[in-house]
Amino acid sequence: VGRHEFLEAVAVADCAVEIEGDDLDDLFTTAARVVAEVMVDPTTVRATTERRVELTAPSLDLLLYDWLSELIYVKDSEQLVFPVVEARVSAGSPCRLSARLVGGPIDRATTALRSDPKAVTFHQFVLEPRAHGWRARVVIDI
Amino acid sequence: MTTMKTLPIGDCVWEIPPSEKPGMLVPARIYASETLLARMDEGVFEQVTNVACLPGIVRAALCMPDGHWGYGFPIGGVAAFRADTGVISPGGIGFDINCGMRVLRTNLTEAEVRPKLTELVDALFDAVPSGVGSKGFVRLSSDQFVEVMCDGARWCLQHGYGWPEDLDATEGGGCLPGADPGQVSERAVSRGRDQLGTLGSGNHYLEVQVVPPDGIHDPRAAKAFGIERPGQILVMLHCGSRGFGHQIGTDYLRRFDQAMRGYGITVRDRELACAPFRSPEGQAYFGAMTAAANAAFANRQLMTHRVREVMGRVFGKDPRDLGLGVIYDVCHNTAKLERHTVDGASLELVVHRKGATRGGAHDVPRAGQAQGLGRGADQADGRTRDRRPCRVEIGRRRGGGLRLQGPGRGRGRRAPPRHLSQGCLAHPDRKHQGLRPIDGLSAIEDGVGAGGPLQAETVARI
Repeated sequence: VGRHEFLEAVAVADCAVEIEGDDLDDLFTTAARVVAEVMVDPTTVRATTERRVELTAPSLDLLLYDWLSELIYVKDSEQLVFPVVEARVSAGSPCRLSARLVGGPIDRATTALRSDPKAVTFHQFVLEPRAHGWRARVVIDI
Repeated sequence: MTTMKTLPIGDCVWEIPPSEKPGMLVPARIYASETLLARMDEGVFEQVTNVACLPGIVRAALCMPDGHWGYGFPIGGVAAFRADTGVISPGGIGFDINCGMRVLRTNLTEAEVRPKLTELVDALFDAVPSGVGSKGFVRLSSDQFVEVMCDGARWCLQHGYGWPEDLDATEGGGCLPGADPGQVSERAVSRGRDQLGTLGSGNHYLEVQVVPPDGIHDPRAAKAFGIERPGQILVMLHCGSRGFGHQIGTDYLRRFDQAMRGYGITVRDRELACAPFRSPEGQAYFGAMTAAANAAFANRQLMTHRVREVMGRVFGKDPRDLGLGVIYDVCHNTAKLERHTVDGASLELVVHRKGATRGGAHDVPRAGQAQGLGRGADQADGRTRDRRPCRVEIGRRRGGGLRLQGPGRGRGRRAPPRHLSQGCLAHPDRKHQGLRPIDGLSAIEDGVGAGGPLQAETVARI
């Protein structure tokens, strides 16, 4: 399971987060869970919906950008959040993501709401390999 | 503060010369007192000098007195680019396209409102949804949403959600020219169509405010705006284009990030991704961005309608009898095509304003009530007739040193949903009660001081 840490010193007003994963799958999975946690308390979301997402992008960092942007888009367009995520990522030309998401609707009566992200930014945006895994830094505009 | 060479070139005007950073095409200029300058975070200096490197920039990259770091441009950043040879950058506008401020006046007093404050705030909270997953009260077909993109606040009036005079008090009459719905993605439409009439989250707010005992600085000019006495209640909105604009910003930031290579453009910060204004990509973004700006005007207009409904119901009067007129509605996240004289030549410029408001121009709102004032305000956020800047100063934080345009990024937005904040009127049951450091343009006064070149005349303090 990947690790994450919110970086108040980078963006106290918004959501700057550093994410580490043992591999790309782990990192992309963890990043998606973080986005869900930023929006709601995941324990208050009823798991009623399963969704598959397939994405391609010319580079891994753009794939991460598109992936997290997709989760924010679904939050607004369908009022859905997905705390349970399994992502598979392959580098190549293009880079590919295949993910299974489990979550449910944002029920304003029962879901503990947190922040309402506007967008993933390119501010200090990084995705890079490390000695044992991968690391990303993402700043989300709240 | 910064280690960059920051030279005083006038009263409260500082310049960072192009020699301070490779690639700067023009100087960076910061408008601030020495105190304000010292308080500015390092990000402001890095970002404003990055902006000075963008192709086609004219004269200088500017930063206003309440500048603070943002994404790409600093918040409070202003830059003009030649329309024929310059660029357009989503980073100079922000994800929340046409985020703006609207203020409503009322005939109510604090004494009348306070006994009904709980009922009022609860009703406003229900009528103007905020936070994650909120939907507005208007359901639009795809064709109707296209009309909103093109007509902005005018669409609302055509459908019974406003008063004709509202448009007179709204920048650009509530509709900016150049919207091109054909350049808006389906994703942006599906993300934002049901959000019209919602407040959003983060630093957006709806406040019930009161004019404090010492709040009237120029009774005659204040009266022109409909602000007549201490204790008077006003309502302020701060919000923008919601998910619709956020998605357009995301779509085009991503597109420009790739398109720049084809134009041989490199930027010092990826958030400054841009394209030549006259390129297909640049024109597409301008059309989509303007569509979002118009949707934002409609959003604030629909919320105004809801506020009128609520206050009419709570106080048992027709909203017109409550005097719920719009004092002003101004944008602070836009790019506009404007003609300016530069070094004697009339140039068409793409003026980016991020966290900054245009003042003193023909398309900023007029306060009709001001007619006949000898020295009074003829524009809500513009200039007095003797050309001095004029404004209504909003929401000063009592006893505090900080005066910011919005809470900026100096404090967290990831707090629990703040629901409604109520300015000077505390609510007994809700969190986030009490005074907010939401201060409109008042940093100018604090930063520049009496007699400074940017000294704006405050007509009333809320």
